[in-house]
Amino acid sequence: MYVAVKGGERAIDAAHAWLAEERRGDREISALSVAQIRAQLTLAVNRVMAEGSLYDPDLAALAIKQARGDLIEAVFLIRAYRTTLPRFGASIPVDTARMAVIRRVSATFKDLPGGQILGPTFDYTHRLLDFALMAEGDAPLAQTEAAQVGTPPAHIPHVMEFLNRDDLIETEAPSDATPPDLTREPMELPAARALRLQALARGDEGFVLSMAYSTQRGYGRTHAFVGELRIGAVAVQMHIPELGFAIDIGEVELTECETVNQFTGSKTVPPQFTRGYGLVFGQSERKAISISLCDRALRWQELGEDNIGAPAQDEEFVLMHADNVQATGFLEHIKLPHYVDFQSELELIRRLRAEAIAAREAAE
Amino acid sequence: MSDQAYNFAYLDEDTKRMIRRAILKGVAIPGYQVPFASREMPMPYGWGTGGVQVTAACLTPDDVLKVIDQGADDTTNAVSIRKFFVATAGVAVTEATDQATIIQTRHRIPEAALTAGQILVYQVPIPEPLRFLEPRETETRKLHELEEYGLMHVKLYEDIAKHGQIATSYAYPVRVEGRYVMDPSPIPKFDNPKLSGNAALQLFGAGREQRIYAVPPFTHVVSLDFDDHPFSPSKANHACDLCASDTSYLDEVITDDEGGRMFVCSDTDYCASRRAGGHVGALGAPLATGKAVQ
Repeated sequence: MYVAVKGGERAIDAAHAWLAEERRGDREISALSVAQIRAQLTLAVNRVMAEGSLYDPDLAALAIKQARGDLIEAVFLIRAYRTTLPRFGASIPVDTARMAVIRRVSATFKDLPGGQILGPTFDYTHRLLDFALMAEGDAPLAQTEAAQVGTPPAHIPHVMEFLNRDDLIETEAPSDATPPDLTREPMELPAARALRLQALARGDEGFVLSMAYSTQRGYGRTHAFVGELRIGAVAVQMHIPELGFAIDIGEVELTECETVNQFTGSKTVPPQFTRGYGLVFGQSERKAISISLCDRALRWQELGEDNIGAPAQDEEFVLMHADNVQATGFLEHIKLPHYVDFQSELELIRRLRAEAIAAREAAE
Repeated sequence: MSDQAYNFAYLDEDTKRMIRRAILKGVAIPGYQVPFASREMPMPYGWGTGGVQVTAACLTPDDVLKVIDQGADDTTNAVSIRKFFVATAGVAVTEATDQATIIQTRHRIPEAALTAGQILVYQVPIPEPLRFLEPRETETRKLHELEEYGLMHVKLYEDIAKHGQIATSYAYPVRVEGRYVMDPSPIPKFDNPKLSGNAALQLFGAGREQRIYAVPPFTHVVSLDFDDHPFSPSKANHACDLCASDTSYLDEVITDDEGGRMFVCSDTDYCASRRAGGHVGALGAPLATGKAVQ
């Protein structure tokens, strides 16, 4: 008697035990701690926080450990945890002009108020494997100038403000409207810009990167300059009704990118530069730049540009396929049994073949 | 998973209320796809997150839950979802169709007739029946709004022109109460007649696509067809080799590498019940003990 389909439960338990063993790996080698991941695989932690939409470096590090370093799996763990958290309020908008910057560069101006700060970047490193890292022993401490400990971050004006002063760049009208939230409301299209930016910030870094890259190669070209890229910690403030004013409840590290793009204009409206914007958790500059390019490409309608049919101009295509947790789940579900459907296809194809063969024989 | 860390049935009460509102709207407009703010669940999208959220929103501590995949209670994903609700809701579970108050299913409707008070929750991968004819959600919503289903009829007609018959064997489109064309999820078209006039409440959850829809009890559901090419449900032309049923949907099982195969009921509870009742198929042995109950 046929019994092979039985035993699913025992098989699952055994597979999970095996997975746990593989995760731990060779027991001769000491186990990796969550603290080590948090402190030393920071950029992976940042990516998991950004795509997981949850700012918690400890949990992101735990997720990376649990996922054996599979970052999409780690993002998934964080999302599944995040969904269970009650939401008791919202912060007031963070002020990125008051960011304690560790890195701030502009590609449009050689120097500018606040200065260019290179910060901890891979830029200008030679990508040569550093075998010293393989040997034991710590890297020497970097020489730093004495930090101004305790002083609140100074106001570092955005490059866009300089351009704005001369009316050279479009003004984004300030709005007090509560931005939509696709984790609370189903995504509706066409989407507002704020919703698009949220979807892109949560989106898969590789996907958003490729979309942005495609605009650089002519598929919806928008000629972006990095007006400014800044990375650092900002205070998160919340308005407390009992107090009647806002207080600091913590800080988050953010990467913000603003691009300056090709101008539009007409006989009546003088040309102006246009903006692309990207904001993402952690030091994630590739992501922030990619978001701002995609953001700009998706604004074609608002700015009166032609739709040339480029994928990056297609809001529905970009937003519906950016989420790697959705994508990987649906992709991998084809591993699940489909024998009921396959059986009905088998019957159909046999019937169609039988009819076709009978027709051919009758014809012969 | 401790009961301290998570709410009953995993989701918080606000989320469940939001889902219940979507369900109620779906019940009020049979066959209409209600957008809902689908949550991330601890299982992947495409593996039943829509069904799991609908089940979580419907479950009460007194419910008895049955979970099937491909008709069977013991397929791995059914086991996994059942374990999830045992861990997070602590509800009683069963494999017996008639004992369950909520049945979550993937790809099948149980053979045994459902009864009033039961809820059948379908896992839905692509809720939009017009999706493969028109990839844009903005367009398909408009088509539903305008009740413009010509595309679908053209597709079915083209099937007939090409193959002499409608070449859709599962996820076969239906029209609900004369209004909305609906995807019944990838059930074999053999199951389609059971959608109509069913005493149970049928709820459909698509997590990744953020849609919930419903077929209330005793709703008229018609599989699309043409007068000269009427809809016909189909199954393998065999009887079950274990329980001898010649009316149930069958899975074909390869038994060796020389072309040997047997046919068995895809609905494991139905098959086991018949065998317990003394029915013996061509390759079956009489069942010595009662069927295993989890």
